[in-house]
Amino acid sequence: MSSDPIVMQRGSLALKPGYVDHAADALRDLRQRGDAVDFQLDHHHDAASTIQLGFWIYLMSDCLLFSGLFATYALLNSHTAGGPAGRQLFDLPDVLTETMFLLFSSFTCGLATLAMNADRRNATVGWLAVTFLLGLGFIGLEVHEFAHMVAIGAGPDHSAFLSSFFTLVATHGLHVTCGLIFMAVMMVAVMRKGLTSTNRARLVNLSLFWHFLDIIWVGVFSLVYLFGVTH
Amino acid sequence: MFGKLTLSAIPYTNPIIMGAVAFMAICVVAILGAITYLGKWKYLWTEWLTSVDHKKIGIMYLILAVIMLLRGFADAIMMRTQQALAYGSNMGYLPPEHFDQVFSAHGTIMIFFMAMPFIIGLMNCILPLQIGARDVAFPLMNNLSFWLTAAGAVLVNISLAVGNFSRAGWLGFAPLSELHYSPGVGVDYWIWALQISGIGTTLTGVNFIATILKMRAPGMTLMRMPVFVWASLCTNILIVAAFPLLTVTLGLLTMDRYLGMHFFSNSLGGDPMMYINLIWIWGHPEVYILILPLFGVYSEIVPTFSGKRLFGYTSMVYATMAIALLSLIVWLHHFFTMGNGADVNTFFGITTMIIAVPTGVKIFNWLLTMYRGRVRLDTPMLWTIGFLITFTLGGMSGVLLAEPPADFVLHNSLFLVAHFHNVIIGGVVFGVFAGLSYWAPKIFGFPLNERLGRWAFWCWFVGFYVAFMPLYALGLMGATRRMDHYNVAEWHPLFIVAAVGAAIIFVGISLQVAQVIVSIAQRERTRDLTGDPWNGRTLEWSIPSPAPAYNFARIPVVRERDAFWDMKQRGVDLKSSTFVPIHMPRNKAAGFIIGGCAFVLAFAMVWHIWWLAIAGLAGVIVTLIRHAFDDDRDYHLGADEVRRVEGLHGRVEARSM
Repeated sequence: MSSDPIVMQRGSLALKPGYVDHAADALRDLRQRGDAVDFQLDHHHDAASTIQLGFWIYLMSDCLLFSGLFATYALLNSHTAGGPAGRQLFDLPDVLTETMFLLFSSFTCGLATLAMNADRRNATVGWLAVTFLLGLGFIGLEVHEFAHMVAIGAGPDHSAFLSSFFTLVATHGLHVTCGLIFMAVMMVAVMRKGLTSTNRARLVNLSLFWHFLDIIWVGVFSLVYLFGVTH
Repeated sequence: MFGKLTLSAIPYTNPIIMGAVAFMAICVVAILGAITYLGKWKYLWTEWLTSVDHKKIGIMYLILAVIMLLRGFADAIMMRTQQALAYGSNMGYLPPEHFDQVFSAHGTIMIFFMAMPFIIGLMNCILPLQIGARDVAFPLMNNLSFWLTAAGAVLVNISLAVGNFSRAGWLGFAPLSELHYSPGVGVDYWIWALQISGIGTTLTGVNFIATILKMRAPGMTLMRMPVFVWASLCTNILIVAAFPLLTVTLGLLTMDRYLGMHFFSNSLGGDPMMYINLIWIWGHPEVYILILPLFGVYSEIVPTFSGKRLFGYTSMVYATMAIALLSLIVWLHHFFTMGNGADVNTFFGITTMIIAVPTGVKIFNWLLTMYRGRVRLDTPMLWTIGFLITFTLGGMSGVLLAEPPADFVLHNSLFLVAHFHNVIIGGVVFGVFAGLSYWAPKIFGFPLNERLGRWAFWCWFVGFYVAFMPLYALGLMGATRRMDHYNVAEWHPLFIVAAVGAAIIFVGISLQVAQVIVSIAQRERTRDLTGDPWNGRTLEWSIPSPAPAYNFARIPVVRERDAFWDMKQRGVDLKSSTFVPIHMPRNKAAGFIIGGCAFVLAFAMVWHIWWLAIAGLAGVIVTLIRHAFDDDRDYHLGADEVRRVEGLHGRVEARSM
């Protein structure tokens, strides 16, 4: 016997005399909540979680973009065409400073998220500002490194190795720059409108993006710099 | 000031190109003039160009696809007539550098600007309706995706009038596409058109995955989704997995061409073969991105027109996922001749052949769905049966090509050209026409003319075989692809037959144009008042045609696969008595503006007009930031308005009025 109220109504129950009253009750009940059986007037979708899922999918696609660049670098890093290789060019202490800037910026970005969760608007903006400055410092050091390499005649057009090095590292740098613009916009938005639900959802995305770039950088640091100096 | 762009960039001495340009200009001026004359600019802007309604965006995709189909087919006719003429002492009418542009443009347009918009257009029009959703996950991003695709399409067409197009084939193989061998702007047009539209496609992928995973009606579990939704899910996962690789590959080629780097060059350590690998790591999944959604379309049409539920739903779903997965590990079969060694070739040969297994599962499922059904041979079903025959044939020639030893003989021959047209026309093109004729009542509110549709089908079907079967034979006789001239007497008659086939297809396309015009003219008589003209099985048929802006006045609760069929079996009343306000996204200009700025950026990059490129990029960024501060994004459509619209379709219960 089906527990489906409509089947009950149309099927066997209504035919059995003893159940007529019961069937009439079921019918009235069905009329009253008829919409809820086959239809709902509205169906709530959690907008924030949809946005976050969308952002995760985007991050995964970005991850694949980097995987293409990493694979290219892995193949071309020995193609120095008689020019300088990584161990002649990379200055590990400088790169370590750069790395520390980015790792600490991830930490302060986390503090900004904690402040957001504690509903402390000014602290949120404050930690974002610290993150911003650390990120800016990272970009500054990277630009300095690039300028130095170009100056000593190791620009991206000198060998396939250098092409792949500059492209991989600069693509990461470009992402960090986009993150900085994103962060600046969010600081203004939070100052203006406070920690609204929209701003909160975006801050979560921003921190996801920022930590993601940190993870990519760990890959760059290991594969490009550490591996490059030891081999 | 204008970079490399001078007046001499316009090929005014070439009568063929200038004729085409003049024709395009007349069409554009006529359309713009008509809009102005009818005073429809404001309507167009507020109701269409800035629309975030997935159904309208879908229709715009379909229009783009049809326009580009005509353009791409014009290229096809030129190639077929050239090859029918250019034998022996006759050099034909297309010089080599023009012929090379024609085949490059044909492939680029048909894949990126005909097939992709057609598929994404169908997904936009139907997918949210099938899952009982009122919209997609990110409506404005959907609008942006369309405009990025349109910007790429405009760029390809502009290249006809200003400068020239790539001569390096539809995939721009390096090192031919490097600056050294292709110094003009052609390859740059190709790069930027693909780069922009590719980013739009990636965003579409993100959008539809989130839509399918998050916005299904209550009760619609994954295994209750219509197969078209399943196929679209797999397709969009492939888009997100593959398109970043296209972005990277084009980006690296851009670095080579603009900054003198050495990724794919012949010098200073560059590796051209890496380009071939990278582009096909994207390119092979792309082929399945094209066909999988159409497998979904056929899986909707066959049960509806057989009056039966789909045979083997579960195996259909797993076959789709298997194909999606396998499509990522077969890319190397596009270049068995590269010298990878026997082991590597064997691996990729086997993975390629395995794809025939899940595809075969699908074919048998469709056949067994029809078995003992009451098959109605309306146009959608004609296209489907045409597909089953043609695609199976094309699939078999594909398995043949998957054998590395055979491929060494057939590589780059017309046999290959015949094979992929056999699967793409027989699978993708027949599929989009099947889908369009099936869903036209839902999309436009009136069906496409049945009689003209049948004639068009038969012209396409016969025309395809006449045009491409000779190419199989020519391939086996040694004819290579992309020839603008040949001296072999035995080939000539077959090329003439192929040209006749193209002419038959031309008649088919003309009939389709007539079909659209006649259908629009007769729409008042043929309007679909039921919302369910085919006795359909899925939720899109449970609502009025065309779907109202909010899609569902009430969200259906799903209990079965083929949810609407189940509702009909149980006699569920579609009329409603209570209505509530519905949350709606507001139309925005941001997508159009960003698409426009991206176009400016791309055009400026092609011609090295750096200041304009910076302006275009700044336009993109400023629009994004401005949009971030725009809080006026949505509104509620009042319950009375919903009641009024539903009342127009007779969906309001009388006693509650």
